[in-house]
Amino acid sequence: MKKYYLGIDLGSTTSKAVIINEKDEIIGRGITNTRANYKVAADIAREEATYDARFTLLTQRLQEEIDSKPEFKKYMKDIRSVFQYRQFKRRMDSLRAMLLKTVNEFKYNNKEDIKQALIKILGIIEPQIRNEFVNENLGSKNQFFRDIVSERYNQEVEKADKLVFEPLMLAFDKSITPVENEMVKYNFKELIDESMNVLDEKYKGLLDQPEHGDKEDWYYAELNAVKSNYKNVESTLREHIDQIADEDIHISNMVGTGYGRALLPFPEDCIKSEILCHAFGAHAIFPNTRTVLDIGGQDTKAIQVDSHGLVTSFHMNDRCAAGCGRYLGYIADEFGISLNELGPEALEADKEATICSTCTVFAGAEVKELLHNGEKRPNILAGLHKAIVQRAMSLIARSGGVRNEFTFTGGVARNQAVLKYVKQMVTDSYGELTMNIHTDSIFMGALGGAMFARRNIEVDLPSKKKKK
Amino acid sequence: MAKEAQKERSMILQKEMIAGLFDDLANAKELGKKVCYTFIPGNLSELIRTFDMLPVYPEINALQSAMRKKSASYIKEAERNAHSEDVCTYVKCDVGMMMKGNIGPTGQKIPEPDVLLLSYTGCFTFLKWFETLKREYPNAKVIMVHTPYQENAEMTPEMTEYMVKQFKEEVIPQFEEVTGIKYDEEKLKRHLVLAKQAEDWITKIFETTKHKPSPIDAYFAGVYYIGPINIGFRGTKEAVEYYKELYSEIQERIRLGLGPITPEGEMKEEKYRLVVEGPPNWTSFREFWKIFYDMGAVIVASSYTKVGGVYDMGWRHDASRPLESLAEYCMNCYTNLNIPQRIDLLTKCIEDYDADGYITNSIKSCNSFSAGQLGMMREIEDRLEIPVGFIESDLVDPRYFSYSNIKNRLESFFQMLEQRKSMQTISEK
Repeated sequence: MKKYYLGIDLGSTTSKAVIINEKDEIIGRGITNTRANYKVAADIAREEATYDARFTLLTQRLQEEIDSKPEFKKYMKDIRSVFQYRQFKRRMDSLRAMLLKTVNEFKYNNKEDIKQALIKILGIIEPQIRNEFVNENLGSKNQFFRDIVSERYNQEVEKADKLVFEPLMLAFDKSITPVENEMVKYNFKELIDESMNVLDEKYKGLLDQPEHGDKEDWYYAELNAVKSNYKNVESTLREHIDQIADEDIHISNMVGTGYGRALLPFPEDCIKSEILCHAFGAHAIFPNTRTVLDIGGQDTKAIQVDSHGLVTSFHMNDRCAAGCGRYLGYIADEFGISLNELGPEALEADKEATICSTCTVFAGAEVKELLHNGEKRPNILAGLHKAIVQRAMSLIARSGGVRNEFTFTGGVARNQAVLKYVKQMVTDSYGELTMNIHTDSIFMGALGGAMFARRNIEVDLPSKKKKK
Repeated sequence: MAKEAQKERSMILQKEMIAGLFDDLANAKELGKKVCYTFIPGNLSELIRTFDMLPVYPEINALQSAMRKKSASYIKEAERNAHSEDVCTYVKCDVGMMMKGNIGPTGQKIPEPDVLLLSYTGCFTFLKWFETLKREYPNAKVIMVHTPYQENAEMTPEMTEYMVKQFKEEVIPQFEEVTGIKYDEEKLKRHLVLAKQAEDWITKIFETTKHKPSPIDAYFAGVYYIGPINIGFRGTKEAVEYYKELYSEIQERIRLGLGPITPEGEMKEEKYRLVVEGPPNWTSFREFWKIFYDMGAVIVASSYTKVGGVYDMGWRHDASRPLESLAEYCMNCYTNLNIPQRIDLLTKCIEDYDADGYITNSIKSCNSFSAGQLGMMREIEDRLEIPVGFIESDLVDPRYFSYSNIKNRLESFFQMLEQRKSMQTISEK
């Protein structure tokens, strides 16, 4: 039996899971938003990573076809997205039931109107989301259930009658948390079957549609190939799917890390500091790494590592978490835009507004002042991003500066504007050096955890002794 | 049973000494004794005794208040009276305590000062602190001695002479005036002979941590051990007696192969040996200590236990040069050493005591300690290639001790140590 190892990084904003094989290769990644119930967050991340691992195994089997036939490539991409939709759908059904139940328990006089408005809204957003998953690749945008639903729900509620506005917002707030904290078990095989049916319909429909001509040639090449050959792909897939679905992804050992690690339902000797995990993960991907900067939800860490990936020293923000990922979250809320939109908009700036980075709450006030004075939104956002990086730079300086090579990890490393300023300021202060940023940057802690799990390095914690 | 009793004898002695001092303070008027407020670094304990005065140490009162969970309300009181949030919390705690009636750690009233003696000017806050107290106690005499900084890592004859001149022209005449007692150099010399003896003993005590396992914790227990020598008993028979007793108790622990005593009993396994720079946090002292002993970490040397005197390098009070040696004592206190000297001292500690790691507890409101701490840490890391850690807390303001954050950082630090140790074992194999 093949052995796999799991690392879970329970951060303050997102929970990540990574599954590796015996060669330290990542075969599965899962990510979800951290919520009130940590166990559910960790379990969902793990489930996601397990599905991802099955897809990886499936892809490995079909590698030859995917490389040589565009229809395979397209189909595999589509099925991932639809698969995510099917999971989404189950939770959405649960949310629908919860919303209706909540509204039924309301004591408002216009309860019936509220209910009708709710049903109408759900009737609009459900197909909308389905369409985005099935036809527009929403699945690849790293958005979580709560974000996806609330964004569209809020949009529709705002259009609704004033008399139902408040109750509808209240109903959502009351319903989303229990639904989010409920662990839904899926059957991989069932979900794949459902997904294939959805795709079947999708491609059948495509046969009758004319080409618009507004996309690049490869897009139509893939589309045309899949249009005419999807049945063929389906039958090849079905040959493998049973085996893949039944394959035991046996987790031989696991390590938990991150802000919430002490609360993970893990044996205590499987819990490790995120500092070591981030450094180890970053070092595994970029073996020449000597300095790691990790910006997470509530802490920024500057870590120095040796040639083995072992930490030699580290520095973290103390007393205040201004300048961390949560700062960005707060700013996004201030502007009423999603976290993913922050970076791209900041990149449109023609200059950076000056913003103090010492306090998140005050930064909110500064933003309002700047807007009032007519400063352009992209310039304000650019200033905010720069402020975050300035704070990180001071932490790096405290930890001993940047040594070649430099690797940037954590959720915030996904933000292109932060990246831009990190590159700029590191080069300004430390000269030209190799800077590594990886698409898996947010998973580095979980990867490091999984690698520690494979090495089965014993760890010792105060909490462990306490219970003896 | 005999062993148990012996274990506690030094503690009993210490308790008696402190209780006696506070009893005397509470009855100073009746006893006809004058009261001298002064600070630990560069304290002229022997000279104060020569004039039969009773010492009061405001920093000690502040940390005692913190350990008795009273500092929060004292600090609040001081802040209500316009002391800024950024002011050293020892000051605010002391000022607040004074405003609330000046009841000391034993529940007895602390008398007003007759003299405010500042014999160490390396901490600017001390100056301002006594300026504040001067306004509260207009009848007290303020004596400020300027202590030259060891800028060039040395105490020159000129520096000593400069200080002796201040003793002769400022301190002694004013002491005579306040107490009505004539300066008696022979009496001072007798105190200095005893001071040297206590210093010899305490040096031997802190050297016992070279043993493995270390029989004591040189930081968390060390702060108790430095009590008598720091709060006015240096230069007395009681102090010599106490340290002799303590030393023999520690020898017994070594003979039995025992580790340090913690609030939860004996530390069973010594896993890490550390050197700590910076004062401890007093408001959550137990919790802070627990994080270390739960991990099997023992502190084998600390800079904080040297604030009242640096004896490691062989310096001692010398009865044959009474005032000169008091001058040197003031200039030789830990925070009056320049940064390279401190680095050398800490490096020596790490090497002599075979430490696995180095930790800085940085106190933002303490300039004397915090200035240069990061640079020192970097230098020590480069020089010795030893794992280093940096945490931040406060002296006596409970608002600045974030247990979970400190624990999080220390856990990472210990895991880093563990990792390094296991790597070493692998490469040694």
